[in-house]
Amino acid sequence: MATKGVRQLDRVIIRFAGDSGDGMQLTGDRFTTETASFGNDLSTLPDFPAEIRAPAGTLPGVSAFQLHFADHDIMTPGDRPDVLVAMNPAALKANLDDLERGADIIVNTDEFTKRNLTKVGYPSNPLDDGSLEAYNVHPIALTSMTVEALKDFDISKKEAERAKNMFALGLLSWLYNRPTEGTLAFLRTKFARSPQIMEANVTAFETGWSFGETTEDFSVSYEVKPAQLAPGRYRNISGNLALSYGLVAAAQRSGLPLFLGSYPITPASDILHELSKHKRFGVRTFQAEDEIAAVGAALGAAYGGSLAVTSTSGPGLALKAETIGLGVSLELPLIVVNVQRAGPSTGMPTKTEQADLLQAMFGRNGEAPVPIVAPRSPADCFDTALEAARIATTFRVPVILLSDGYLANGSEPWRIPEVADLPDLHVQFATETNAEVDGRATFLPYVRDSATLARPWALPGTAGLEHRIGGIEKADRTGNISYDPANHDFMVRTRQAKVDAVAATIGPTEVEDPSGRARVLVLGWGSTYGPIGAACRRVRAAGKDVAQAHLRHLNPFPADLGEVLRRYDKVLVPEMNLGYGFGGQLSMLLRAKYLVDAVGYNQVRGMPFKADELAAVITTVTEDLP
Amino acid sequence: MTQNFPSLSLVPKAREAQSAKDFKTDQEVRWCPGCGDYAVLAAVQSFMPELGLARENIVFVSGIGCSSRFPYYMDTFGMHSIHGRAPAIATGLAASRQDLSVWVVTGDGDALSIGGNHLIHALRRNVNLKILLFNNRIYGLTKGQYSPTSELGKITKSTPLGSLDSPFNPVSLALGAEASFVARSIDSDRKHLTAVLRAAAAHRGTALVEIYQNCNIFNDNAFEPLKDPATRDEVTIRLEHGQPITWGAGAEHGVVRSPDSSLKVVETADVPASDLVVHDAHAMDPSHAFDLSRLAETSLARTPIGVFRDVDRPVYDDLMREQIDRATGTQGGPAGEDELTGLLAGSDTWTVR
Ligand code: SF4
Repeated sequence: MATKGVRQLDRVIIRFAGDSGDGMQLTGDRFTTETASFGNDLSTLPDFPAEIRAPAGTLPGVSAFQLHFADHDIMTPGDRPDVLVAMNPAALKANLDDLERGADIIVNTDEFTKRNLTKVGYPSNPLDDGSLEAYNVHPIALTSMTVEALKDFDISKKEAERAKNMFALGLLSWLYNRPTEGTLAFLRTKFARSPQIMEANVTAFETGWSFGETTEDFSVSYEVKPAQLAPGRYRNISGNLALSYGLVAAAQRSGLPLFLGSYPITPASDILHELSKHKRFGVRTFQAEDEIAAVGAALGAAYGGSLAVTSTSGPGLALKAETIGLGVSLELPLIVVNVQRAGPSTGMPTKTEQADLLQAMFGRNGEAPVPIVAPRSPADCFDTALEAARIATTFRVPVILLSDGYLANGSEPWRIPEVADLPDLHVQFATETNAEVDGRATFLPYVRDSATLARPWALPGTAGLEHRIGGIEKADRTGNISYDPANHDFMVRTRQAKVDAVAATIGPTEVEDPSGRARVLVLGWGSTYGPIGAACRRVRAAGKDVAQAHLRHLNPFPADLGEVLRRYDKVLVPEMNLGYGFGGQLSMLLRAKYLVDAVGYNQVRGMPFKADELAAVITTVTEDLP
Repeated sequence: MTQNFPSLSLVPKAREAQSAKDFKTDQEVRWCPGCGDYAVLAAVQSFMPELGLARENIVFVSGIGCSSRFPYYMDTFGMHSIHGRAPAIATGLAASRQDLSVWVVTGDGDALSIGGNHLIHALRRNVNLKILLFNNRIYGLTKGQYSPTSELGKITKSTPLGSLDSPFNPVSLALGAEASFVARSIDSDRKHLTAVLRAAAAHRGTALVEIYQNCNIFNDNAFEPLKDPATRDEVTIRLEHGQPITWGAGAEHGVVRSPDSSLKVVETADVPASDLVVHDAHAMDPSHAFDLSRLAETSLARTPIGVFRDVDRPVYDDLMREQIDRATGTQGGPAGEDELTGLLAGSDTWTVR
């Protein structure tokens, strides 16, 4: 048999879709790892239901994993898949609308039974009724071929059927010439305790690969050359993992023990899972009885001198509000990680949104300002965690870090930093009295550093510094209870001034405007960085000028932001929130602070923006300029 | 006068002898004149020197309510936090700092209403905390609404026709939450209160001490039967480990086990002395302590005080520390820079030149 030809591609978007029980996340994950180790640039988007096992074969039960990989640097998981792997009719139906005509569809024909078709409302079988004519359909009996390949194994039919995802992975690995050693090693470790199952999965994977080589259905395989990324050592990393590592690194760089108080909540729980593994790094993880206890315990640990963190998602942030206010009043360092998800209320736990900016900004009683930072990509969660730690410990204030579900579960290649190059976060605890009262050396807990306005971090156990603090308004310097009107006014202003002072320690706004002629600035924050960046590239490729800037610091804004905004005729702010009728949450803040006519482009679909949609919006805005 | 408390062996000792005065702050105490809180404060301040601990290694954490002003008056480290959350905050502190003696001061509203969840979970976990629950059976700071320990039918500002909910018995609640140490005392009985504090301090794990405290403004004389010399012997059951449970001026009342295993109140003269139930505070099975807690009548017609239960069981913060020590100790100390580099890289990397 002649070896098949290999065709070069510059990028591919694949979506694996199946029932929640079909192992699509694992399949996607493995394909991603193969792709990462091959050296492509990549970006992933897992999309799964909140239910652990929704009814089999139904639309709500569809779980999908999208991967975009390329021989050049890319910014998003891609808008429209070139290849859809559909393990059942529900997966086909749920994803078909996202495909471009001409896309490849690999379907598991075994699942296209009358019963399954009816379950999702197909009146006839789309594989025979001509409705898929616009696509390149590859009907493959994935289940029965897997079962056939495994008939000599001493495993049940169910167990054999379950290996069909590895058959599919093997086929796709052949189709895109992926290295397979990693997957084989992975299967050997994962199923080390049941050798039969391990061998079955390995065989299914290899059978899938050989099927690709021999079947008439695929005349060629494809190759996507490694991408030319900046030199260095890389790994693939998801947002929650990068965030967890950022916290571990921040603890080591600050010399403080890490303490995480957390209550399980989607999509933040993986941070708790990850940090609980790192006892070698002295990390203490506390799974609390509720969200309030989680932040309370973290605040208690902060008082004791830990680098204290609480991780949650939007509903949890609401519950933590009062304790964060206490942290503002006590002026203790605390990192509050909010992995945002679609709201309000329970909303859509596994779907992404960035609608907690105003909650982070204003969601506490009284005036309780806190710095807010947001990562822009999965790997950027690492740097943002370090930055949150820097601000919290330098300014002795709770900091809210706004990640989101897309960043948390999405992944991308990450250039592994040198530990020695990470910022030095060492802090100075108070060790001595700092005032004289009635001729006696005394420690006053609310005497401030003149530059940062931070008060001393005086740990229990430090002789001579015994003092009392609390949520009641305190007198300047002494920290004693005070209801004095002028003092309260002073303290409220001082807490604000302290947060404002953070601006002096962050860099200027970075604007990307290759031509230098742009009149439109697209400004974003958080996970929209990828789609906005990809959209700007497309607009520029079409010969138009557009500038892009992305905010890591949402409170305070960089000092030069107002001036930057005023340089442009139009400021477009795409956000995955609606903004309560104020044109977008960030837009509202920009308008209020700078009196700039920021124009929002808002979507709340639980999914990241598509680059082509954004490109169209940006194009329209640039064309509409007078 | 300092004693040896093995439970506090990880906390640094005082460098010099201390007196109650060393624990007083310069802050003016602002409870209502006559409030029972004064007596508890004085008892705690006089007891503290017995521990012989470095003052800076003692922390008082409180929630919200009259009693929660307590930390301001103790010249130690202190935090006056928010309503109901003191056990959670103190848990984080105790779990991350083995060298501290952490005390929680709370009230019936703070601990049993708004903070009920944190209280039961602190008790369940058995964190190294000493929780002083000032029970005055009323809301004082918010000016006189009924509390979760007020008797059914209580007429207050928010219940002009009488309250509709039955009260908690804090001791029963704590035992139900698997508390390893539960005791009750009375604000005015300095000697008893001090003995209970001593036992609590000697306990490793969470100790819950319920202190009946008079709020002379909104619920005056709530515990009068236990204080009035004319009635107190008749209604107070003083629990002593290893002693038969008897009360009354001439120890004329006692309890025996009924055939159905419940406790039955008897006249001691009517039963053989060997039938009288002997108090065992160290019984692992909590049912003995629970049965005793049920002898209490909300009307105070009968009230056991003293240590109900004092048993050793795994302590949360000790276990947490052990896990970390095991992870760091076995491989030559905690992870350093090299190990962080290894962690960040993981097992699947590739190099771009
Ligand atoms: S209101 Fe009652 S409990 Fe509060 S300080 Fe006054 S007397 Fe004491």
